[in-house]
Amino acid sequence: MKKQKHWYDYLWIWSILYFSLGFFNILFAWLGMLDFMLPLLIAVFGGNKWFCNHLCGRGQLFALLGGKLKLSHGRPTPHILTTKAFRYGFLIFFMAMFGNMLFQTYLVAAGANGLREAIQLLWTIRVPWDWAYSAGTVPDWVAQFSFGFYSLMLTSALIGLVMMLLYKPRSWCAFCPMGTMTQCVCKIKQKDHLLQEQEEASL
Amino acid sequence: MAKRYAAVRQKDCVSCGACQAVCPKSAIAVWKGCFAKVDKELCIGCGLCAKACPANVITLLDREAAQA
Ligand code: SF4
Ligand code: SF4
Ligand code: SF4
Repeated sequence: MKKQKHWYDYLWIWSILYFSLGFFNILFAWLGMLDFMLPLLIAVFGGNKWFCNHLCGRGQLFALLGGKLKLSHGRPTPHILTTKAFRYGFLIFFMAMFGNMLFQTYLVAAGANGLREAIQLLWTIRVPWDWAYSAGTVPDWVAQFSFGFYSLMLTSALIGLVMMLLYKPRSWCAFCPMGTMTQCVCKIKQKDHLLQEQEEASL
Repeated sequence: MAKRYAAVRQKDCVSCGACQAVCPKSAIAVWKGCFAKVDKELCIGCGLCAKACPANVITLLDREAAQA
């Protein structure tokens, strides 16, 4: 039985498009805010993970590369990466790095630092990216945010790709900060129900 | 009815939906963003969901053993 395809089953294209656009013009990095805000808004107001379950281009891309194109080794995700401690720890680390990126943006806005036209991979490796921006097009801080945000997106995509190759196609989803955060919101929203189920189970 | 069916260790499910994306019978779905639930009646025990699950929380159980 073939499953019916929906328009949103092709959002993996968006994932590729995003990185391509940012390669030529870094200001497109701002579009990544969609991938940040949408999952959260859906979780907060919808009380579900419709984003992860249907809309996430990244998850789809990993499934496609690792599943259909058979690039994935398919080994189980290492257990430690799936534990709550690691998942929440990684979320906190990621948010701290996001906060740091906002602070760097602020420093540029306040004139304390100059604009750095570079991408930082894995929070350490600096890669020049100056072709993707002509100075003065927008206020410096707008450009600085673009470089910072694109760095975060690219770093997490690279980690996800390596996970896809070594383990299961969507192994990244086991500890993806957005996934952890939205699940946390949903669980808080269902708190009463979950407690009740637990009580019933323990009877 | 199929011999086996999928069971989710819900406590450790990350509700990513990788399982429901591959299930040929729409027998598994994420419930309100919290964890995946299996419809035992629809499940044919193919194991595709278990293979896809990034959190390794799906196991296939024997129907008869579960009933006994
Ligand atoms: S866990 Fe992350 S990568 Fe996976 S589907 Fe959700 S948002 Fe996308
Ligand atoms: S694939 Fe695994 S972790 Fe993801 S929703 Fe299904 S059972 Fe949960
Ligand atoms: S075992 Fe097969 S039919 Fe059953 S829930 Fe998993 S994917 Fe669906």
